[in-house]
Amino acid sequence: MSVAEAVPALRKTALNAVHRQMGAKMVPFGGWEMPVEYPAAIGCGIINEHMAVRTGVGIFDVSHMGDIRLAGPGALAAVQHISMNDASRLAIGQAQYSALLYPNGTFVDDVIVHRLGEEEYLLVINAGTREKDFNWVRDNTRQFDCKVEHLSDDFTQIAIQGPKAVDLLQKLTDANLSAVKFYWLTHGTVCGLKNILIARTGYTAEDGFEIYIPSDEATSARVWNEILEAGKEFGAVPCGLGARNTLRLEGKLPLYGHEISDTLNVWEAGLDRFCKMEKADFIGRAALEKAKAEPLKRTLIGLEMTGRGIARDDYKVLDQSGKEIGYVTSGCPAPFLKKNIALAYVPPAFAEIGSTLNVEIRGQAVAAQVVPTPFYKRPKKN
Amino acid sequence: MASYPTDFKYTKEHEWIKQSDNTATIGITNYAQESLGDIVFVDAPKVGTEIKAGATFGSVESVKAVSDLFAPVSGTVTEVNAELATAPEKINKDAHGSWIIKVTLKDPNELNSLLSAADYEKFVAEEGSH
Repeated sequence: MSVAEAVPALRKTALNAVHRQMGAKMVPFGGWEMPVEYPAAIGCGIINEHMAVRTGVGIFDVSHMGDIRLAGPGALAAVQHISMNDASRLAIGQAQYSALLYPNGTFVDDVIVHRLGEEEYLLVINAGTREKDFNWVRDNTRQFDCKVEHLSDDFTQIAIQGPKAVDLLQKLTDANLSAVKFYWLTHGTVCGLKNILIARTGYTAEDGFEIYIPSDEATSARVWNEILEAGKEFGAVPCGLGARNTLRLEGKLPLYGHEISDTLNVWEAGLDRFCKMEKADFIGRAALEKAKAEPLKRTLIGLEMTGRGIARDDYKVLDQSGKEIGYVTSGCPAPFLKKNIALAYVPPAFAEIGSTLNVEIRGQAVAAQVVPTPFYKRPKKN
Repeated sequence: MASYPTDFKYTKEHEWIKQSDNTATIGITNYAQESLGDIVFVDAPKVGTEIKAGATFGSVESVKAVSDLFAPVSGTVTEVNAELATAPEKINKDAHGSWIIKVTLKDPNELNSLLSAADYEKFVAEEGSH
């Protein structure tokens, strides 16, 4: 048995002490010390946390995520220039999944673009790419009449996720949440704090909200505890990055450095529907236009293990003859689906649904079937 | 806190071993199961496999990670706990009661170099206090 060692100095969110008090197991992630799971002694653990989000509600500290605000007369043009989705389609109060691309069509990062006002946008970015993203956005929007601000340290971001998230959060806010559709946002009083950004977004493939509150420790701890307290009647549990990963993987939501990176392009990642080639020019467009005319070298597929074993990140994918044809980007046991699932890059010739491939697990070829993705889709309401 | 049985010996890699004449039973400690979290898979060697003290003989997987199992002693696998193939979470519930393999010992003296319950408890107290 080998057990992971503790780690050197990492950045801490305002809720770090609260997580430690609760007995969370802390791990390094993207330069941050984050809770991976809460202790079994208080009813948590990755599987329980995952199931709470699928069937009730779970609470996540996602303050490690970064935030960039663009505001001014040229804000829309700037956002259009640096992101692949079409921000001109956003109404005030609407959000969209998008990505920042390099000129060669690979990923700087994936982002959620929120339209906060007439000329105001908020990009929510990944923890591990904060500085890179901010520099990229700042350097590539100088020609536009807009102010670019790095607000990452201003917010404690808390995600309330699951079918009961709306009932929980409604207890703590005057905003009418039933009027906020998925991927829309509003502002309201939350736990007595005025004008809080409430977005109906998340990274769990479930309904839910993300709220952005002031990042001082006292306020952050008070709100966190009030949410957990208000969630008791719904069986709310705190959730760590472990469940966040298994939840997003069941829903095939990409993770930077895994399904998307600076060596993978939009077509390979299968994110075509978030890339609006018909809008005006944007960074990466020309390369993607060219790439579109050529056959794909590799494509992202879903695998379900049919043999006994769990595919993990970076394991090799083999064809039936044992030849290496690709690799797993993310793999884990899926707690809700109760299957061992994985995402992998393989040449398109091997991507046919239903076909059998192998994953090399500790030197053994273990059978896996190519399956449709996402592995999990939340039930539609009515 | 689960207590560590005094008739077991322990490794710094968090296996326990219980000797009975020239055979022994091997599992992972309560500290190990707590560190791993929800255990979902146990990869144990087949009956007849030779294991070597200090070398890996299988692995235990939690939702999040894979951890190698290190043999506390050398010997030959005589029995594998089949129950863990379908219910690996038993290790979370009772780590010291959920054995993984049984072996015949090559050299019972190898056990002398392993940790006592008191020494192991001291060791994990230090490891946990980082």
